[in-house]
Amino acid sequence: MSLSVQDLRVYYRTLAGDVKALDGVTFEIADGEIMGLAGESGCGKSTLGKSLIHFDSRMRYIGGEVVLDRARLPISNQPAMDEFRLKSISIIPQYAMSALNPIRKVGAITSELMESRGESFSALRPELERRLELVGLEHSILDRYPIELSGGMKQRMVIVISTLLNPSLLIADEITSALDVSTQKAVAETLVEFRDRGFVKSMIVITHDLSILHQVADTITVMYAGKLAEKASASRIIDAPMHPYTQQLISSLPEVGVRFAEKRLSGIPGSPPALLDPPAGCRFRPRCPLADAQCLAEPPFAAIEPDHTVACWKV
Amino acid sequence: MTGADRPDATHPPSPVAAVDHGAAGAEVAGPAFTPGAVPVLSAGGQHRELREMLYFALRDKRILVGATIILLFVAIGIAGPVIDQQDPLAYVGPLSAPPSAAWWFGTTTFGQDVFAQFANGLQSTFIVGLLGGGLAAVIGISVGFVAGYKGGYVDEILNLVTNVILVIPTLAVLIVFAAYLQARGVIIEAVFIGLTSWPWAARAIRAQTFSLRAREFVDLASLSGMSSWKIIFQEIAPNMGSYLFMTFILLFGGAVLIAATLDFIGLGPTDGISLGTMMNNAVLWSALQLGMWWWFIPPGLGITAIVGSLYVMNVGLDEIFNPKLRDI
Amino acid sequence: MRRYFARKFVIYIVTFWVAVTLDWMIPRFMPGNPVDGMLARMSLQPEAANTMMGYFLSAFGLDKPIWQQYLNFWSALFHGDLGISVWLFPQPVLSIILNAVWYTIALLAPAIILSWITGNWFGAWVARRKRLDNSVLPIGYILTATPYMWLGILLAWLFGSVLVILPLSGAYSYGMSPSLTWDFFASAFSHWLLPFLSLYLVMFGGWAIGMRNMIIYELESDYSHYLEALGAPQSLVRRYAYQNALLPQLTGLALALGVIVAGALVTEVVFGYPGLGYLVLQAIQNEDYFLLQGVFLFVIIGVLLANFIIDIVYVAVDPRTRIGMTGGNR
Repeated sequence: MSLSVQDLRVYYRTLAGDVKALDGVTFEIADGEIMGLAGESGCGKSTLGKSLIHFDSRMRYIGGEVVLDRARLPISNQPAMDEFRLKSISIIPQYAMSALNPIRKVGAITSELMESRGESFSALRPELERRLELVGLEHSILDRYPIELSGGMKQRMVIVISTLLNPSLLIADEITSALDVSTQKAVAETLVEFRDRGFVKSMIVITHDLSILHQVADTITVMYAGKLAEKASASRIIDAPMHPYTQQLISSLPEVGVRFAEKRLSGIPGSPPALLDPPAGCRFRPRCPLADAQCLAEPPFAAIEPDHTVACWKV
Repeated sequence: MTGADRPDATHPPSPVAAVDHGAAGAEVAGPAFTPGAVPVLSAGGQHRELREMLYFALRDKRILVGATIILLFVAIGIAGPVIDQQDPLAYVGPLSAPPSAAWWFGTTTFGQDVFAQFANGLQSTFIVGLLGGGLAAVIGISVGFVAGYKGGYVDEILNLVTNVILVIPTLAVLIVFAAYLQARGVIIEAVFIGLTSWPWAARAIRAQTFSLRAREFVDLASLSGMSSWKIIFQEIAPNMGSYLFMTFILLFGGAVLIAATLDFIGLGPTDGISLGTMMNNAVLWSALQLGMWWWFIPPGLGITAIVGSLYVMNVGLDEIFNPKLRDI
Repeated sequence: MRRYFARKFVIYIVTFWVAVTLDWMIPRFMPGNPVDGMLARMSLQPEAANTMMGYFLSAFGLDKPIWQQYLNFWSALFHGDLGISVWLFPQPVLSIILNAVWYTIALLAPAIILSWITGNWFGAWVARRKRLDNSVLPIGYILTATPYMWLGILLAWLFGSVLVILPLSGAYSYGMSPSLTWDFFASAFSHWLLPFLSLYLVMFGGWAIGMRNMIIYELESDYSHYLEALGAPQSLVRRYAYQNALLPQLTGLALALGVIVAGALVTEVVFGYPGLGYLVLQAIQNEDYFLLQGVFLFVIIGVLLANFIIDIVYVAVDPRTRIGMTGGNR
């Protein structure tokens, strides 16, 4: 097992109280698996991604365990996480295009980062250059300042830097959100290629765009309001989703070739609950067409078939 | 407000953002300005947010201490001359007397009541601060809004004007101006200060307006046919309310400092008394050599306390208005 | 980069023109006439006064038509002729200024440079720990809120009057004259110390606070978060934050110059230190408008020059201005 997450709870401290952004999440990722993590804004997917590697100043660890390659990740102790960062677990952040220090050359940023982590840059250089070629960047990029690069180039550079030390787990947080469709495809393919070449063992691809996941993910996990709704193989989720939320999510996507007159897009009425004081029971209950009194108790995230877990009483 | 700018003419600014690169919150003044986009108030939540801000404002130590000190001085400034009806310039007491029960702050070398001078001086200090700071605020904010919202040629021209005034050591201009005027009053002094200390504020407001202009609600307003001025006052300004308030506070403090400096070199109001004039007289009449500390310590302390409180309050307000800065 | 300098250049030219014109305009459109003041002090008989008036008017070029006076002013400026002083007649203003300017530079240059460097270090250091931040920061605010002359007065009183260890006024002991002797330097130094300190301390407070705020801002930037997420040590993250924070501080220095010069003027007045500030005071007290104008012009040129130097330094350290602001920064 590459990654195992047990009942992870991470809340945000605010003046009004704790926002229960991640409220008991359990799942596993196998070696070589690319897991897509999908859901609406505010469902907690970015929080999940961040909590595995680096808490921001507002996040607070409440409970749960994370085990990567049989080693327990000390996420409750942020400084202790340093030895795992970049080497065992890495991230391509949502803000990749502004993640490079604007007043240092790209090569200097890379070498200073590597050296500070105890890695010899000169030893890494040949591999670095190979990877640059792989993503379509020239070696001369190392002598440029970030301002001289386009957004796409900066993002590719960040991908290279984040994966240079071959981490076991890579978290890709909304990396296609700011791109046009053809670039999205290219970036998605790059991710898969990195996994195929063994640069990265497993990946969590966080996005609200299910169509990307359809292309790259082996499995897809759908989150809702801080909890997991469903996890299954990508084809299962797209073709035969079981959780009512997933079903509505899929049906709200336009299908190629189908005209509006033939099949109307259905949205999901209502909005997710505020996570400051979430309601008891299933969080999707207010918007679910199948809800009844049973749903006042929280459904367990249980396997209904091998490799297909759902959190719903009605399945 | 960090890296930002300090509003006055006699102190080095602690600018926050590179002014030339138009980053948010260009500051020439303040130790207080922090850069970063001003959070937009949600339409419905304005009242709740204001109330929430007030709640935290009243609990923030910096704001409380700062406001208390300033109110204390305002009280002295108002109540002092009423209680102690002395004409501050009259020769009433023993010469060069140290503080005592009869003369709270002692007397000058001419036997003038230092406390009366102090209290009256506070009045003139506050007036100059309010008028000068207020005028500078009006000019700077207007210029900033127009330059930031209109862009293009208007922006370029206003920028040029702003830059020119910014670079000229305005105190030098004030000195030359004031030296030529035979009779000077507090109002004239305030007007001078107001006319010359606004550039950094214009810069800061312009930068903020730029960032707000790009937001959707402004596009919406202009699409629906709102005139530019209306947009500025009804859509943009309310969202910058906190920023504008903080700008005014810094300009107020700056005006007080500039006025004190002008007064100190003898270019203050030709009648009446101010804190800067007190210090000028003290030095002129050898208070230093004679060890008459009660003559020069109170006025300087007063200015330092008032301006310092303003700056500290500013920091507290900045955290209130910019939730990102709050440290829970 | 060329655009950057071109814009700066235009601003400097326009500023210079505005300043010089203002400088020339003010005495001519203000009530009163400097020559009248001079004559009043001389208390002459009316006929003698008239002759002297004619003489002075022509000596000061005040008898020509306005537009010619304006052009003469510019041409004189380019010849390095700032006119004749009224107070120290017939000494030329330029030579009076040149005698005094070195004292001002001796105060300002070290005060500015040292306060900027040490203030930035200190501000960055304080931004480290919350406890330090809470206890030390108020000192910075108090320092920066202190009027220059009051700090000068305090220091002069404390060290010159209460503890009589440093002199209260002048540039060197009255009995001495400038010479390359140890005694002279020691005396000059002890006279220089207090005015220098009062300038240094106030500026130090300002930079420290500015840097502390900038560091906090930079630590919240995307590049800082990225480095932290990849396990970079605090030393690297802080180094990057510091380097980025220095840039706006440098800009701030340029913007502060006008203000700092004013502070120096005032400090010299407190300490009777014979620099430009003291000269301004004398000029005001003696109604020597030409001297006043000359000093003002000198100050303007100095500030513009310093601004220009800082602009060059800025371009050297910020790659974004070198490469230009177009593209890439989406």
